[in-house]
Order: sequence, then C-alpha cells, then structure tokens
Amino acid sequence: MTTVEERTGPGGRGVSEEVLRGFFREMLLIRRFEEKVEDRFRAGELPGFLHVAIGQEASATGTCAALTREDVIASTHRAHGHAIAKGTPVERIMAELYGKLEGCSHGYGGSMHLYDLEVGNLGANAVVGGGLPGIVGAALAFQMRGEKRVAVAFLGDGATNTGTFHESMNLAQLWKVPAVFALENNGWAESTPASQQLPLPVEELGKRALAYGMKLIEADGQDVEAVYLAMLAARDYAVSGKGPVLLHLRTHRLTGHYVGDPQVYRDKKALEEERETKDPVRLLGARLDIGDDEFAAIDAEVTAEVEAAVEFAKAGTDPAPEDALKYVYA
Amino acid sequence: MPELTYREAVRDALGKALRDDESVFIMGEDIAEMGGSMAVTQGLLDEFGPGRVRNTPISEMAIVGSGIGAAIQGMRPIVEIMYEDFLTISMEQLVNQAAKHRTMSGGQVSVPLTIRTQGGAGWSPGAQHAQQVEAWFVHVPGLKVVFASTPEDVRGLLWSAIYDDNPVVFFEHRTLYPIKGEVPEELEPIPLGKARIHREGGDVTVVATGRLVHEALEAAEMAEGEGISVEVVDPRTLLPLDEETIVGSVRKTTRCVTAHEAVTRGGFGAELTAVIQHGAFDWLDAPIERVGAKFAPLPFAPGMEQWAVPHADDVLDAIRRTVART
Repeated sequence: MTTVEERTGPGGRGVSEEVLRGFFREMLLIRRFEEKVEDRFRAGELPGFLHVAIGQEASATGTCAALTREDVIASTHRAHGHAIAKGTPVERIMAELYGKLEGCSHGYGGSMHLYDLEVGNLGANAVVGGGLPGIVGAALAFQMRGEKRVAVAFLGDGATNTGTFHESMNLAQLWKVPAVFALENNGWAESTPASQQLPLPVEELGKRALAYGMKLIEADGQDVEAVYLAMLAARDYAVSGKGPVLLHLRTHRLTGHYVGDPQVYRDKKALEEERETKDPVRLLGARLDIGDDEFAAIDAEVTAEVEAAVEFAKAGTDPAPEDALKYVYA
Repeated sequence: MPELTYREAVRDALGKALRDDESVFIMGEDIAEMGGSMAVTQGLLDEFGPGRVRNTPISEMAIVGSGIGAAIQGMRPIVEIMYEDFLTISMEQLVNQAAKHRTMSGGQVSVPLTIRTQGGAGWSPGAQHAQQVEAWFVHVPGLKVVFASTPEDVRGLLWSAIYDDNPVVFFEHRTLYPIKGEVPEELEPIPLGKARIHREGGDVTVVATGRLVHEALEAAEMAEGEGISVEVVDPRTLLPLDEETIVGSVRKTTRCVTAHEAVTRGGFGAELTAVIQHGAFDWLDAPIERVGAKFAPLPFAPGMEQWAVPHADDVLDAIRRTVART
C-alpha cells in the first residue's frame, strides 16, 4: 500500500488535474444518473421508492477513489453514488432499479439494497445505522487474518443518534479494527433538521469521535479533493493498525429526502442559495476551469452512458415470481 | 460410550471447531476469563487465546452485527447472547440483517453465523432472565432455529449449526446444563431439520422441545402405568421442521400433545398444531392439546414461578384429556 504522500505528491497535497478531471466526470455521471432515476420514477417506470444524493457526489467519488477493490463498503438508503463510485457499472445499478435479473442484486434488492460483492459493496441498508456493526465485523475479519484492507461504513448525521452507531464506534475502537465511519453530515434526518435531532452544532458533529477516543478526520464534503485526501489519510491510519477513523464530511442534500418530497419543512430561499453555492459538481467545474464546450462534451458522454443504462435495464429479464424463494437459504 | 453433561457437550463442540478451523472464533459477554455466565466456555480462553475467545462490551447489537460482518467475510463466528431475553436488543440485526442479506443481495452473500443463547425458568430469576422466545425466530425467513434437549443432540446439532452457511439461532436451556448423557466417542454431526423419536408409543404423540422433552418422557412413564402408550418426539430443529416425522407419528397414534416451556399463546406449539392438523386431519381422533406456560411475564416468587411454567403432570393431564376424547 502506498502512503498518502506517494499518491498525492510531496506534502501530501496536490491531486493531479488529470485525477480531478476523472473525478469530475464520475460526479457528473452520478448526477445525471440520479436525475434520470428521478425522471423515470416520475414516469412510473420504477417500482418502490427512491432516495437520491444530489449534492453529495463529491463524498461518494472522493471516498471510494481512495479505496482499493479489496476494500469493502456498506452504504445507506441513499446509495446510488456509492455504488457507482465503488465500481459497479451504471447499467447494472439501473437494471436493479427496474427490478431485473441483470441488476446488481438480481432484482431482489432495489434502490435501498444495492450489493456488488465483486467490487466490495456489501450492500446498502434501509435501516438507519443497520449496516454499521457489520462493518466492524468485516474489519475484524481483516484484522484477524492480517489483511491490509479497510471496511467503510457510510452513514448520515441521523444515524449518529442510533444505538448501533454508539455500539459500533465503541467496539471498533476497543478492538482497533481497520474501519472507517464515513459520516456524510447533510444536516437532515429525513425532514428533521440538525437543530431538532443533534445536541451539538451541526458543524461539530465530529466531536462524537472523541467520546470513544477515536481518530477524527474532517473535510469539506463538497470539495472532492479534500474528501479524497481525507479518505486516503483515514485508510492509511486504519490499515496501519492504529485503529478506526471517524471521517466527518459536511455535505449538502440539494434535493428532498425521497424522490417526490415537496420539502414543506425546508426554507426555499436557503435551499436555492445552497444550490447556487454548494453544488460540488459546479464547484469542481469552476476550479478546473471547464468551459461550456468541454462541459457539453463530457455531459454528452455521461448522458449517453445513462441512456444506454436505461435501455439495458428495460431490455432486462423479469425474475420468475416463484424465484422469490430462491435465496432465502444458502 | 463416554458420558458428558449438556454443558460439557456444548463446550466440546466449540473446542473442536476452534481446534480444527482457523475461521471459527467465539465472542460474547464474559465468555473469556469468566468462562461464560453458564460456565460453558470455561477453559477455551486458555487453549485458544483472547484473539479467538473474545470478551465483548455489553452491546448485543454489535455482538450479533459484527458476527454478521465477519461471517460475510468468510469467518464462522459463534456469538453468545448471555440470556435469550437479551436477544430482544439484537433483534434488528438478527431479523433485518442476518436473515435478509442473502435474499437482498440476490444470493451473493451468505451469513454462516451461529448465535448461541440460553434461558429457562426454575431458579426464580424473575421476568427478564428466563423467558423462552424461540417461536419468534421461527417466523423469520432466512434464519434457522435449533433447540437441543440432550448432551448428544446439543453437541451434534451445534456442530451442524456452526457449519451451516445460514444464520442459526441456537437455543440451550439453563436447567439442562448439568444433565448427563451418553455421547458418541467422536463428535457426530446431527443434520438440522431432523426430529428424534425419544420413545415409541401407540396411543398419543407428545411433540416436545427443550426442558419439556424430559418432562414429557416422565409423563410418558406415568401414563404407561395408566395403560396409555406415549410416543415422544423432539423436533430438535424448529426451522426447518421435520414435518414428515412429526406428522407420521401422529398418523400412527391419532392423538397429539405439544409441549414447551414458552407461553402457550403464539408459541411453537401453535405452528406444530397447524402443521399436524393439516397433515394428519383424517387420522386425528381428538383435538390437539397444547402445553405451555401460562400467559404472564414470569413471576419471581418460587411458588408462582413453578405454577406458571409446565411440568410433567401438566403433560400427563393433557395426555389424559386427549385420550379421553372418543
């Protein structure tokens, strides 16, 4: 395993422009994927219900880029970006949302249960905090076998109020397992704002690590380079045997809790302002000085990829109804 | 054949699995130096060390949940929940995570996790250290549920649970730990889903689990003195259930009593009754009788506790009732 310094140049700063452009493309792909998902859901093509993470793309891309294929993640109900960033092809995720056999969970999971073991995605979880203890156990397995791998649990600020969060943080630190708790703090637990669910100021949520003596690393979740470097540092720390890390990423959910959420609880003007100033795709585009023509070219490419994913999904195979029983037991 | 206590039989299976297989480890509250609150894991720390015999914090969600995560990564963890009452705390991990990962992933994930736990009345612990909750888990697709009643069974079934690729909730009964029984020289795995006929009889079948297997055998002896021939069947695995053996027995005897220590209402006897009436409807000569605890949280005072849970005479009364029907 290379160190942060080796991967990012002297001083540990300065991700190359080429790498950042790669991030930009992936973040735009996630954005277009989720916009398409919203569109197809409204068109009535997608069963169930969906949560998109528009505004949180830098967190998905920056964290997963710092991981190896052998590292594992567990995601949340807001999972599309994590699944794409960890390496599952978009057509297999789209096929899952259409409930097809070709989907990454073969039609058994849906949006909130995207799995792909081949790339180390242990599954998205629809119970807030539900995936955290499992990540401690995965990290324990790596530790017991002496494998230089890290297990990453994504969670939101809402999950930091669950019992599993506290039990998992405590146990992970006690046993110093190579786990990273990637806290995507968007300041909302569904419709409930930080002020009504957190006894700390939202910006200070990382302090919860201190209660367990756990290493805290913080980064601006809208800045993909900062996220990437922070995750590299967290990974290095965890696999070196020093113990787990709480990676606190302050981010912004620029849409509702679920697709179709009228967000009656949200100040419309503040949301508009957040969209103007906190959009991670726009922020990175400005930083890289991506002009209209170049943007249009990248956009056309990722949009075509998403369209192809929809075509792939629609042409997919419906599972036989009686196959509902196929995987109940191993 | 050597003789072991039920407690030693559990320990024997754990020790052998730990000895044979690097992927096996055990964790739970007080299981290391103290050897477990029931002294089941005594000596294992000395032989296998703290890396594989792990004391945990009092964190039932994390105990079961980290077991799930390690199992998915190729380990075969055996976790201990000190009292089955405390399974309630880990319920979300058991029901939403362990049981569902395989289906939710479309078959990509398997969870070879064993959750050992124990409970049972008879020593006045009060309402939060002795209830019998096995029936709850029989309602959950994706779990397997075992309840062993003898030293031989507990050893062979635990081995099969450890090497099953599914999450298995493994119930032991507190008052059975000291009982002795013959076991094969070498550990013989007992397949999950196979009932055991403890005693053959022609007039009535008693399907009993856990402590009530022994109460049923005692009741059968007493019934024999009254000229009633009783067959006693222990399903041993509640999920999957050996319906063939159970239904076959009732077709032969034409009468049936179910017996467990858990409260009767919604207990495992209800499921047994449904299975038996469907499979043996044309053979039945009497309504199926159910024996279980009375419908109350377990009271503390010994007199109340003993009155609330069933014993051999309760099974005998049920046998008499069903035989009396013409």
